[in-house]
Amino acid sequence: MDIRDKIIKILHEDARTTDAQIAIMLDIEEDEARKIRKELENSDIIKKYSVVIDSEKLDEQPVFAFIDCKVTPTKGVGYDDIAKKIYKFPEVHSLFLVSGVCDLRVVVKGKTMQDVAFFVAEKLAREEGILSVQSSFLLRTYKSDGNLIFEEPKDERLQVSP
Amino acid sequence: MKPINPFIQNMPQSGIRKFFDIVSTMEGVISLGVGEPDFVTPWPMISSAIDSMEMGKTSYTSNLGLLSLRQEISKYLVKHIGVEYNPDNEILITVGVSEAMDLLMRALICPGDEIIVLEPSYVSYKPTIEMAGGVSVVLPCYEKDGFLPDLEEMRKLITSKTKAILLNFPSNPTGCVLNKEINQKIYDLCEEKDLYIISDEIYDRLTYDKEHESILQIKGAFDRTILLNGFSKAFAMTGWRVGYACGRGDIIKSMMKIHQYTMLCAPISGQYCALEALRNCISLSDEMVEEYRQRRNLIVKGFNDIGLKCHKPQGAFYVFPSVKDFGLTSEEFCKQLLYEAKVATVPGNAFGECGEGYIRCSYATSKKKIIKAIDKIGEFVSKAK
Ligand SMILES: Cc1ncc(COP(=O)(O)O)c(C=O)c1O
Repeated sequence: MDIRDKIIKILHEDARTTDAQIAIMLDIEEDEARKIRKELENSDIIKKYSVVIDSEKLDEQPVFAFIDCKVTPTKGVGYDDIAKKIYKFPEVHSLFLVSGVCDLRVVVKGKTMQDVAFFVAEKLAREEGILSVQSSFLLRTYKSDGNLIFEEPKDERLQVSP
Repeated sequence: MKPINPFIQNMPQSGIRKFFDIVSTMEGVISLGVGEPDFVTPWPMISSAIDSMEMGKTSYTSNLGLLSLRQEISKYLVKHIGVEYNPDNEILITVGVSEAMDLLMRALICPGDEIIVLEPSYVSYKPTIEMAGGVSVVLPCYEKDGFLPDLEEMRKLITSKTKAILLNFPSNPTGCVLNKEINQKIYDLCEEKDLYIISDEIYDRLTYDKEHESILQIKGAFDRTILLNGFSKAFAMTGWRVGYACGRGDIIKSMMKIHQYTMLCAPISGQYCALEALRNCISLSDEMVEEYRQRRNLIVKGFNDIGLKCHKPQGAFYVFPSVKDFGLTSEEFCKQLLYEAKVATVPGNAFGECGEGYIRCSYATSKKKIIKAIDKIGEFVSKAK
């Protein structure tokens, strides 16, 4: 692993790790750690720093659904045109072009199931080019973006051992 | 009723056990006292072991262990330290290094034979030697020498009864490693005095600044050295209980006899897990090593910054800072640290008298916890000074 990859991994695990801490961990100067981090940010490899939320612990829990859409690609621009139309909706949390039976996988976020259902039926399904939609509501997240959500593994080791 | 064996009854309890008993009554402790990886065994290895069970591989194996595993170990050692053992008769798969050490002591020691042990040392060596009828002779190693042995002092300890010198590098608890120059000197002395060399290299992959240097790389060392190693540390496999011993055919044969009557074989699922480790998971071990390296850097800097003087160990996953400035014994320091800051460490004297004045802190725990522990220890020492 080169030093850039190591920094990415460290920040991926804890985005609040400071340049000084990175420098200590990797045995480099703080200036160098800062420089590499800035480069990663400026070149858009690190697009932003985010937080991982266990939404089950929130008072108001958002509802997520995965909507798999079959679409007709437009001439010349393929799927990009329709994708751009879809991701502009604030309800769309993420959007992927996928292989297989469906073409676009839309992750929709709403306050209630009704909100999501309304969005899918009244807006998404009515977009031009959408041939069919199949919705699955998210019930529980176990792991997301490499982070375990549902349950932190417990440290089962003896607390003091040889 | 007739008394049970008083020799065993009178054997002192390990200093680690004492601390374990205190810690286990407390809640919310951050532990730097753990001598095993915090990683779970890498999934491909677990999965491979599950496959083996599903295929009904649940029997005893050959006493020596699975031939395929011995062959992989042989190949691995050629690549890793450039020494070739014959998988047919020079490698024995054991229930961890723990069993390998016990077998070797029993195979090697005639009543009253002396084994030189370098302290601070792993807690099991002395009892294992003594239960095998041997006498452990302590060579204290000091911080001023980087906890490496002083060869002149070693020479002075050798008598007509001395049978072997026991080495453990990278070391538990100091984390220090040997180099070619000292290896050569130790070997020369053992050659001159006709001594065996027992080398527990269980932390061999966990080196951070340079490649592991084994005493077996010294020309001529093969015949008088027994290598003990295992999968517990570098592959996060402590609970699977797989290790191995490599050495001259006649030594392995003797160890095998005891193993055959007392253990039969190492657990088969663990052996399959270890097989997958060597075949396909070296890179996963390397990833863990990189993580330990980063944590080591973090803890060494953190400790020195808060006034807990500590050298930068080059291997294993322990730091061994001095607490001599605080006017407390190691045990008092660790107890107060535990009660007041809720951080568990192990007093250095658990590893031998010359460990007094030090504490062992394991960094086989997450960076988050390490950072938290450094903060808490920092608060504690600023009050204690
Ligand atoms: C130096 C040393 N040798 C041997 C062992 C035991 O290892 P195993 O799990 O292979 O029995 C340990 C475990 O802590 C150790 O630190």
